[in-house]
Amino acid sequence: MHIAVCVKQILDPEISPRAFKIDPVRKEAVPGSGSLVIGPFDLNALEVAVQLKERYGGRVTVLTLGSEKAKEALRRALAMGADAAVLIDDGQVAAKEPSVTARVLAAAIRRLDSVDLVLCGRQSGEWDFGQVGALLAEELGMPFVPFVPRLEVDGQVLRLEREAEGGLAVVEAPRPCVASITNANDNVPRLPKVKDIMMANRKPITTYTAADLGLGEAEAGDAANRLEVLELFIPEVKSECEFVEGDSGAEKGVNLARKLVERKVI
Amino acid sequence: MSIVVLAWGGGAEPAAAVKEVLGGARRLADASGRAVVAGALGPAAQGAPAMITYGADRVLTVEHDALAQADADAYVDAAEAVCRQVGDGLVLLPGDRLGWEIAPRLAHRLQAGLVTDCVAVDWDGSRFVMTKPVYGGKAMARLAATTGVQVALVRNRTMEALAADPGRTGTVEPLTVSPTSGRVKVVAHKAEESAGQVRLEDAPVVVAGGRGLGGPEPFKELEEIARLLGGAVGASLAAVDAGWISPAHQVGQTGKSVAPDLYIAVGISGASQHVAGMSGSRTIVAINKDPEAPIFRVAHVGAVGDYKEILPAFLEELRRIKGSA
Repeated sequence: MHIAVCVKQILDPEISPRAFKIDPVRKEAVPGSGSLVIGPFDLNALEVAVQLKERYGGRVTVLTLGSEKAKEALRRALAMGADAAVLIDDGQVAAKEPSVTARVLAAAIRRLDSVDLVLCGRQSGEWDFGQVGALLAEELGMPFVPFVPRLEVDGQVLRLEREAEGGLAVVEAPRPCVASITNANDNVPRLPKVKDIMMANRKPITTYTAADLGLGEAEAGDAANRLEVLELFIPEVKSECEFVEGDSGAEKGVNLARKLVERKVI
Repeated sequence: MSIVVLAWGGGAEPAAAVKEVLGGARRLADASGRAVVAGALGPAAQGAPAMITYGADRVLTVEHDALAQADADAYVDAAEAVCRQVGDGLVLLPGDRLGWEIAPRLAHRLQAGLVTDCVAVDWDGSRFVMTKPVYGGKAMARLAATTGVQVALVRNRTMEALAADPGRTGTVEPLTVSPTSGRVKVVAHKAEESAGQVRLEDAPVVVAGGRGLGGPEPFKELEEIARLLGGAVGASLAAVDAGWISPAHQVGQTGKSVAPDLYIAVGISGASQHVAGMSGSRTIVAINKDPEAPIFRVAHVGAVGDYKEILPAFLEELRRIKGSA
């Protein structure tokens, strides 16, 4: 079984609001304001892939679209248990939006030996468009299952749990298929050991440019942009909190309930 | 040009999320001089007449056996047919699970720009501007789609439904589409683990607990408050990670997005990733012993102190108020 996992290197989402800075002209976060990490749901997707490999055998290829720096993310993924990595150099990819990301990733996935399953995080943890999984499925002509915490393989059939309205549904999909992964108690990403990190340095990273994948300006350049970012801003938080008075906690509790009545909230 | 609202779920009475998006679409249509076209898909077709009372000028209904279940493949086909029938313009979808699943696929087929998780859609006089939280809610982005068809997935409870007006008129037309059933088959359902009687995302009141609660036990008290107010219990990532409550209750960037009328945060510091999932709530109440906790920056009403002292008195007073009501 061959599993492809698409990941994105993002600004650490745990960075404190105080350290977080944006560049209003480039309309993106200032890169130096925090460390770069693999997106949280992408890590869940990697964990799911490595667990499947451990259970059923096979191999895991991790892909990312990014700069030379993104190799750090790929090394991390290799240390977690991926077998090979693909970096698509974003130098020729001018457009910044999910439809282009998916088109480029799909072109790279088509270059891999036949893939049985494509996984990605349900959203990046950065701009959180949450579209790439569904778009990959459309690009690759594969079925799509979103919000998957866990799945199992039964011959040619994949049995996936997915979050649905009012609970979880169990669905069956044929191989190959695309699934977007959501966090759960049993896909918490493992911490690689020193030995794994050393081993990861010996695993291969293949680099493609957009041109290598047959994608030109119209497919991956500015011309492919469907969205225009008009403004990126940090919302001003004007605290308008009204604090309830009281000499004791109990008195505050009573006053809190009365305050809600006064405000016609309850 | 028109504004399309894609609708699913509900019955003779449209789903709450559909009514909200219809209300938002009506306001945008009035501002931009357009008409509102609802695409009532599957069982939602029964709600076509009601959709007119909630703001639609025209309803295209698509009924087919393949739409009986929430089969995304079939729904994408049906949604695509409605959008092609209407042509260029803005398409709004409710941001529930099915919306997240079909919006990107619909946009792909229509070569449309799509913005997900919109907390606002505005008409600036020449185009529609969509606002969404990014970087875990630490920043907001305003975007416009440069394509003929523009798609916005609207976060639940961020647009306001209009009161039904039986005097409104409009047309209902059936659209013949043969959507194909998908390759993904539902074989079983598992009920959500103890998420309570009211679904977290739909609950008008959410009572949420965090690290400050110190253990699983105090969630019982939150449940009682939630029950009294007809709400649901939420939790921060810290409380879920600690194993005090199941992940089904998690509110935040990595959990559920909620925007109830009342959100009560108990022992939650207010990390941005949590705030990202609840900042749209109409009234936010925070109970925390640290007056500097970031949660007070988004709260409307705050109580500083030990929740162990505040909550029992709060609950008692609530009972008294509810009892006399």
